[in-house]
Amino acid sequence: MEHKNYNAINKSVRKKDAMQLLLGKPVYTKDIAPENALVVKLLRSPHANAIVNTIDTKVAKLVPGVVDIFTWEDVPDSRFTNAGQTYPEPSPYDRLIIDRHVRFAGDVVAIVAAENEKAAKKALSLIKVSYDVLEAVLDFRKAKDSNILVHPEDNWVAPIDVGGSNKRNLVASEQSEHGDVDGVLADCDIVIDRTYHTKAFNQAMMETFRTYTSYDRYGRLHVISSTQIVFHVRRILSHALGIPKNMIRVEKPRSGGGFGAKQTAVSEVYPAFVTMKTGRPAMIVFTREESQIAGSPRHEMEVRVKLGANKNGKIRVLDLYTLSNSGAYGEHGPTTVGLSGHKSIPMYTGSLEAHRFNYDVVYTNTMAAGAYRGYGATQGIFALESAVNELAENLNMDPTVIREMNMLKEGMVMPAYYNEIASACALDKCLAHCKEMFDWDKKYPVRDMGNGKVRCAGIGMAMQGSCISNLDVGSATVKLNDDGTYTLMIGAADMGTGCDTILAQMVAECMDCSVDDVTVFGADTDASPYDSGSYASSTTYITGKAVEKACTDLKKRMCSIAAGLMDCNEDEVIFDEGKLRRINTEQSVTITEVGNKSQLNNDIVPQASASHSSPVSPPPYMVGMVEIELDKLTGEVTVLDYMAVVDCGIPINPALARIQAEGGIVQGIGHTLFENITNDSKGRPIESSLMQYRLPTRLDMGNLKVEFEHSYEPTGPFGAKSIGEIVINTPAPALAHAIYRATGVWHRELPITPEQIALGK
Amino acid sequence: MDITLTLNGKKITDQIDPDLTLFDFLRSHNCYSVKCGCETSNCGLCTVFFDDTPVLSCSVLAARANGHKITTLEGLQDEAKEFVGFIADQGADQCGFCNPGFVMNTIALLRENPDPTDDEIRQYLSGNLCRCSGYEGQLRGIRSFLDSRKHK
Amino acid sequence: MITFQKYVKAETLEEAYTLNQAKNCKIAAGMMWLRLGKPNYNTVIDISGLGLNKIEEDDEQYRIGAMVSLRELETSKSLNDYTNNSIRDALKDIIGVQFRNMATVGGSIWGRFGFSDVLTVFLALDSYVELYKGGIVSMAEFSKMKYDKDILTNIIVKKKPCKCVYSSVRIQRTDFPVLTCATSIIDGEYKTVIGARSGRARLYSDENAVLADGITEETASLFAKKLASHVPTSSNNRGSAKYRSRLVRVLTERNLIRLGGLM
Repeated sequence: MEHKNYNAINKSVRKKDAMQLLLGKPVYTKDIAPENALVVKLLRSPHANAIVNTIDTKVAKLVPGVVDIFTWEDVPDSRFTNAGQTYPEPSPYDRLIIDRHVRFAGDVVAIVAAENEKAAKKALSLIKVSYDVLEAVLDFRKAKDSNILVHPEDNWVAPIDVGGSNKRNLVASEQSEHGDVDGVLADCDIVIDRTYHTKAFNQAMMETFRTYTSYDRYGRLHVISSTQIVFHVRRILSHALGIPKNMIRVEKPRSGGGFGAKQTAVSEVYPAFVTMKTGRPAMIVFTREESQIAGSPRHEMEVRVKLGANKNGKIRVLDLYTLSNSGAYGEHGPTTVGLSGHKSIPMYTGSLEAHRFNYDVVYTNTMAAGAYRGYGATQGIFALESAVNELAENLNMDPTVIREMNMLKEGMVMPAYYNEIASACALDKCLAHCKEMFDWDKKYPVRDMGNGKVRCAGIGMAMQGSCISNLDVGSATVKLNDDGTYTLMIGAADMGTGCDTILAQMVAECMDCSVDDVTVFGADTDASPYDSGSYASSTTYITGKAVEKACTDLKKRMCSIAAGLMDCNEDEVIFDEGKLRRINTEQSVTITEVGNKSQLNNDIVPQASASHSSPVSPPPYMVGMVEIELDKLTGEVTVLDYMAVVDCGIPINPALARIQAEGGIVQGIGHTLFENITNDSKGRPIESSLMQYRLPTRLDMGNLKVEFEHSYEPTGPFGAKSIGEIVINTPAPALAHAIYRATGVWHRELPITPEQIALGK
Repeated sequence: MDITLTLNGKKITDQIDPDLTLFDFLRSHNCYSVKCGCETSNCGLCTVFFDDTPVLSCSVLAARANGHKITTLEGLQDEAKEFVGFIADQGADQCGFCNPGFVMNTIALLRENPDPTDDEIRQYLSGNLCRCSGYEGQLRGIRSFLDSRKHK
Repeated sequence: MITFQKYVKAETLEEAYTLNQAKNCKIAAGMMWLRLGKPNYNTVIDISGLGLNKIEEDDEQYRIGAMVSLRELETSKSLNDYTNNSIRDALKDIIGVQFRNMATVGGSIWGRFGFSDVLTVFLALDSYVELYKGGIVSMAEFSKMKYDKDILTNIIVKKKPCKCVYSSVRIQRTDFPVLTCATSIIDGEYKTVIGARSGRARLYSDENAVLADGITEETASLFAKKLASHVPTSSNNRGSAKYRSRLVRVLTERNLIRLGGLM
């Protein structure tokens, strides 16, 4: 493993925006939108499946302050997807801006534009709609080939064949097999055959979906939105509104969290449509209720695992079938599901002889799902890691030992991961490190604390990717300023994670300057170089590499300018301790002198851009261990300690990497113990507020401890892999395991509530 | 109706709708630090001081502020600067949307209890949700601020 | 979110009472629940200017103004010394400090909410509500009354020899409770209160004298088992009737053992 002395890499520098954020400065979409913007509100369907028979907006339009109201009759009739994915999108084109056929309780029926919020709300209450209510398909297990079709329309389009058919309620479907799965299964001493169920958890980022739109001074649509995907939003709006891409500019100010929710254009199209129709600035702010009932949550999945092993604990074969619920629309449906197998099975490459992974993704009349941190891997890892824990308990083996026997090790080829080689893999070291830090041998045994309370422990391992291989594009432009500082322009979106800062650290490392000397600009479709956006864990790994490449180019350009100043050849000039020096001489010029020269009689642009894609997506790895105290009489679980060790390659900024891990763990604890998504019998969501959808507070998480094991990823910038998503994957299997240890009951559906534990169901 | 109040040390008078919330009133008076995260009094993002008590501005009528002193983070920049750097050093600011409410309530905690234990910190701040940080970094930041204060 | 046309800060109780008799008017205390309603009121009557924000104490009783915040109750040393911290235990998990700075004891008790920690703990004390027109009514009686147009002005807690313990189960720490349980012995008389059943809290006494000879593991267990068999419970999205009945038994038994330890 390579270890260098870095100037700016592997340093815990403050986020560039930290003080602005902590001191409450106005840097978010709503803070910077002008007061005179029209207030945009949406009328939403109370029915899960219905046709708008008549809609009468006459009285509502008379409310003073109401500017206009739009219904299905006013919008274009070509279908599009809101999924923020590279074109051509794997997600089906199944949406209209407003559809006469509403397909979930919360689907949009009308758009109201008013001078103020009161008028808009009043108008919402005065729109008269009569619905032909249809029977809905709410249970995703009954959706495939149901006679109730969520998308019966003929203009449904799948830009890529992913095995879907709207006439079967099927968004996507695939089968894949490696080796003789049935043969190996038949030959195994023990087969664990279990089904696990996870819910459509909400990201619940603190800033709900929101977008401001106006016409700019050139008559182009200017969109300011809290988004992870400025370039995809531009394309989606162009497609949905039927206007050319070059007439749209999308920019992102500071964003109040995303976790994948904002990888879908959930809110953008509505104010954009209003601005287009009225010519006026418009702003939509989703209420928390709207974010809860009509956002873009995790795909509900049911994963059946067949795990075949020998009685000595050797895992020989894995067979996964995943059923995924895409809800009413197909955003990210065809792609999330793949990770449930592709990013779980490879962890057991060490011993695996054969594997199979099949899936179906279905439409139902529930809220459309989208991208959420972990993106399918979370669901698959809960299932597979639980099955491995069940195997260990079944064989009476220590679950850490069974993992040591079977796990992926550095250098192995991963047949279940597109035959990629695990070029940087410290999973084994993560396990050993975590085991020691956590004191596994002491905490794993069940200890009776008296009064019905027991303490015990559980474990989960995880992997993820670092990009979408052969697809994601990251870009960076770096330019030298005349004061010797640099400006980095990116299209990746910092949503609080700190990517602006870690990319600036990379510039500082390459250019041998201070991080403070790097200004970061992004993301803006008019000025940023193209970037797919911040998702798929790709920003550090992909955009980071683009930064590295751009810096290499810029250095050459600066050497050229310096060569002119020193009257020598370009290849005689080197970067040396903040100066440009002519080799083998004492002659040098400062960066500032080069910057100044670049603005005086100069024909070498002191700026470089680079793009990067990767043929591989190197997985980060993680081991998480939890100690709980469980009250057997009430079923209450108290998390005492959660410890984890992560291999994200070389962490560019250890403090930020650690916070990523801690934040992801706490989200995972929430999903496992109390966050829930349920609908009433008519398909209306029950957890429609933060009063009902309970987020973890600082009283719900115990003590966290996160440490790192370094590996060096040769294809990543400075050896880095990703960190953002993997961190959410271990709590569910680890907690379910600990709860089993305490109670003797395996809970295979999330969340696992005190009632389920107490009643053993 | 008319109300007169002291906002961040400045006396102001304004005409308002009787059902206007203090949150909307404050945003319309350029106190953009005040954020809304839930509308149901659950998230703590809109925390401001009513006289010197931390309250949720989304749940207070602006009318009730008549004759009172309201303080937002805009009015506490110096007191905030003393400790938020320690949060920044942990990287625990993250998306930042919950930060103003968190900072306000931490100031309230430290005024009330200058030397809290970790459990007292967790208990006092339990009404301040953060979806990014996992809270532990915020705790470390507060703890290192308190430690640095002791060593002064 | 609540809307209304007129806001009146009452200057006397009589003014508040008179205004409140009109149709479509509402008394505002902390407004934590009121604001979440959808209705459009003509007038909201603010009673925060009537001096109802003090905890008064003499040798006989506490008199707690309706506008006293939950946070003031939670941090009242005297009240918590008197109740073995059961008031603090009942209030500390209600959402957060800011919420409890605003929510009032009057509003919480007046609401007689099915999920109320506040009603549960006060029912276990020798407590009364003072109504502007209705006079002094025992908490138990008040908890069964229908909503009317009177105004709750004070809560009275009589000082008698008292030991009290409180517990609740919550799916998430600051969530509504799945079940609440307060257990006390006041002047030799046992009281057990079960709240969040999911209906209004109810007060139970030791009518079969199971605990007459004191609290032992056996009597606590027997009492709890019997209570669980007749406390009505029902299901909602926080828990099933079956689970709640189980919690009635567990929390009652544990509370009694704790209470025994205090005696």
